[in-house]
Amino acid sequence: MSPHLVDIRLTVNGEPVNERVEARKTLVDFLRDDLGLTGSHIGCEHGVCGACTVRVDGVVVRGCLMLAAQCDGARVETIEGVSDTGEIADLQEAFEKRNALQCGYCTPGMLLTAQELLARGGVPDRSAIREHLAGNYCRCTGYHAIVDAVESVAETRSKG
Amino acid sequence: MKPPAFAYAKARALDHAIELLGVDGARLLAGGQSLIATLNMRLSSPSLLVDINGIGGLEGIALRDGRLEIGALVRHVQAERSAEIARHAPLIARAMPHIGHAAIRNRGTLGGSIAFADPAAELPACLVALGGEVEIAGPEGRRTVAADDFFKDLFETALGPRDVLTAIRVPAATADTRVGFAELARRHGDYAMVGLAAAARADGKAPKDPRLVYFGVGTTPVRARKAEAALAGGSLDQAVAALAQDLAPQDDVQATAAVKTHLAGVLLRRVAQQLEAA
Repeated sequence: MSPHLVDIRLTVNGEPVNERVEARKTLVDFLRDDLGLTGSHIGCEHGVCGACTVRVDGVVVRGCLMLAAQCDGARVETIEGVSDTGEIADLQEAFEKRNALQCGYCTPGMLLTAQELLARGGVPDRSAIREHLAGNYCRCTGYHAIVDAVESVAETRSKG
Repeated sequence: MKPPAFAYAKARALDHAIELLGVDGARLLAGGQSLIATLNMRLSSPSLLVDINGIGGLEGIALRDGRLEIGALVRHVQAERSAEIARHAPLIARAMPHIGHAAIRNRGTLGGSIAFADPAAELPACLVALGGEVEIAGPEGRRTVAADDFFKDLFETALGPRDVLTAIRVPAATADTRVGFAELARRHGDYAMVGLAAAARADGKAPKDPRLVYFGVGTTPVRARKAEAALAGGSLDQAVAALAQDLAPQDDVQATAAVKTHLAGVLLRRVAQQLEAA
């Protein structure tokens, strides 16, 4: 086998996946092109915009700054999987209710990044929310509605 | 853009990594948060990436003989939450929230940041300010290089093509250690326009032996030696004025040289306050 090709075994949204990938293929390209999971978006391709955010082994990462070849043995979760399990249903509802998205391009990354903060528990203050989301660009909303949505979910969850 | 073609190999152990790095054009892959961005932009085109993420024993944080040793594969998020770093290397703890964004900190490694040596990065400046050192494994065995001798030029360090940075070490903080850190960036988590990492010893009025290390103003972390002397002499105003001689920043996309020099003074006033606080 050419050293430019790598065999990987991983799980994606709970499903086992075995594929042969080009070493140079980024994780987000692998998810989109090889697996058809197009919920993870591609923006800047150098780690600035956050549109490609996915979870690897439980933590959010830039899908454009990891190679698919590095994901051998990993547990990868995308917006599709996290939506299907209902883990962020309340957050998605809050985004919709508060107009925290317009074009939606940044939304999968925003949701996954926000969920990482919310999963720590408690009610983070607005500056902590802003800081945690600082790596995710949104060019539509001006961010206020996104912070509102995340804050409201934190409050609801902490009461629950 | 997409990266150019390259081969990929996962190193099983340190020796294996050093062996693989013998391939012409091979490069070491740690957290990848800088390297993969440069690949995507085709600013670098290695023949082989040697992935060291699977190598055990490089992710420890331990106090040894008055020095805190931090393994090369310690990720930023781990350092951010480390009680040992908060206690024994408070300057690094203070810098950590400024480094990249949450998703970047989940992957990026301390060793990678030092080895990549971006002149606008926080950790190289912290390492110099603390008078730390770098542990390196290479074909000839292991060696230690002082931070002062490690950063050579733009993205150039004491690391040879087959060397692996395995750990950094900094003197553990004592009761009289004082540190300060501040940076200015257009967006929280982005590379700094100008930043300052500082360490000193408390000694009555003026901080003793201050080390003021700027980043984002040169090709490497830059010590502001005249400002250090003025600060040790008790004059903050003179220290700020001395920065015009200490620093020679270039205009870049973020700010002109004049703006950077001005901002360096603003940061020095902020950091001087931190150095005074116990």
